[in-house]
Amino acid sequence: MVLTVFIINRSTDLLASIMLTGIFSLLSAGFFVLMDAVDVAFTEAAVGAGISTILMLATMSLIGQHYERRPTRHLPLFAVAIVLVTGSLLVYGTMDMPVFGKADTPVQQHVAPRYLNQSMDEIGVPNVVTSVLASYRGFDTFGETVVIFTAGLGVLALLGYRRNKQQESNHAMPAMSSHKILRVIGSLLIPPIMLFALYVQFHGDFGPGGGFQAGVIFAAAIILHSMLFGLSKTRQIFKDRSIYLAAGAGVLLYGGVGVVSMFKGGNFLDYNVLLSDAVSGQHIGILLVELGVGLTVATVMLIVFFNFSARVDHQQEEKS
Amino acid sequence: MFVSLFNYWIVIVLMMMGFYIVISHSNLIKKLLGLSIFQASVFIMYISMGKIEGGTAPILEEGIKTYSNPLPHVLILTAIVVGIATVAVGLALVVRIHEEYGTIEENEIQEKDNKTC
Repeated sequence: MVLTVFIINRSTDLLASIMLTGIFSLLSAGFFVLMDAVDVAFTEAAVGAGISTILMLATMSLIGQHYERRPTRHLPLFAVAIVLVTGSLLVYGTMDMPVFGKADTPVQQHVAPRYLNQSMDEIGVPNVVTSVLASYRGFDTFGETVVIFTAGLGVLALLGYRRNKQQESNHAMPAMSSHKILRVIGSLLIPPIMLFALYVQFHGDFGPGGGFQAGVIFAAAIILHSMLFGLSKTRQIFKDRSIYLAAGAGVLLYGGVGVVSMFKGGNFLDYNVLLSDAVSGQHIGILLVELGVGLTVATVMLIVFFNFSARVDHQQEEKS
Repeated sequence: MFVSLFNYWIVIVLMMMGFYIVISHSNLIKKLLGLSIFQASVFIMYISMGKIEGGTAPILEEGIKTYSNPLPHVLILTAIVVGIATVAVGLALVVRIHEEYGTIEENEIQEKDNKTC
């Protein structure tokens, strides 16, 4: 991993750097599996090695691949010095860190034992990550969903105008129309990917998975479709309006579950009161909340991707 | 000593490399790549702190006594997705800057700004 990053630093070819960043993400996903963080590895593999690489590539094709390395305002030596000093201070800081992998470190003492020992009785969901994510720390997750939603809005505000011109350019050639094999295999793959996304969504209670991962995978399936058959065709199937609506609906669903639990006499996002039985209330609460997260994540990823690649198409038309 | 802190040192090396990319390159996409490497190093640190020797993934099952700490996993899982969302906004800004200035090199942008005001 260190080697990959070193090459990223040296390279002046943006394409190479971006591909290496993808490799870096995949490597760290492998590392997360080794560290028992299967949910995290799942997310990193889908997000880091998939979506973010595509976004970077879209940006790159808007801007151009090569650039000359020019002298910056800061001397490189100065930068090296700052980095070395900060790094050695941090290494000095690690001398006080607890030994890796021991069970009696402060990190393991606080709330984690409670999550592990009692979540089965309180929540009834085997995957502790899911129950912590959606129930114990439901506020955090709600906040993060809103952040993602806001990021979608931000991209829309920055890149989203010129919609009308886009509609005129529907005649644009599908990008991969000449690759017959890719198209056939791709269209075979899209339904299983979507099915897998749904499986990840609803199986998140029992195995690794959940709304975040499922949303990203679902978005990846649609992005694959748009790469094979052209953006305008995908946009006809998934209308902009319905995507925006779904993004809002996801956040509202999450917040709505919280509000309903307030009306039923509990705290905000207290699923115990949703049904007569606390554990099944938790179940339905987590299910709905994860659905909201999945909806928002998938649609925001789509909004971001569509806006970027609409730009790319537009620019290519202007050139030709 | 060496083995026990090895993970943290790798994290620091990665973090400093990301930091170096951010401050030494003037290309804005490179800066964003550096930032995401910096971010990834923090993820790795959190996940390493949650690991317990001999533990397994925190999915409850009968017959297993030790699990790794689920809390860092939750935090990092959401952080990854939020990270990509913020990087997307950053890239969108870069695209807009490129449209307005015709370049994404920091010093050239600065020059153009100096000329206008």
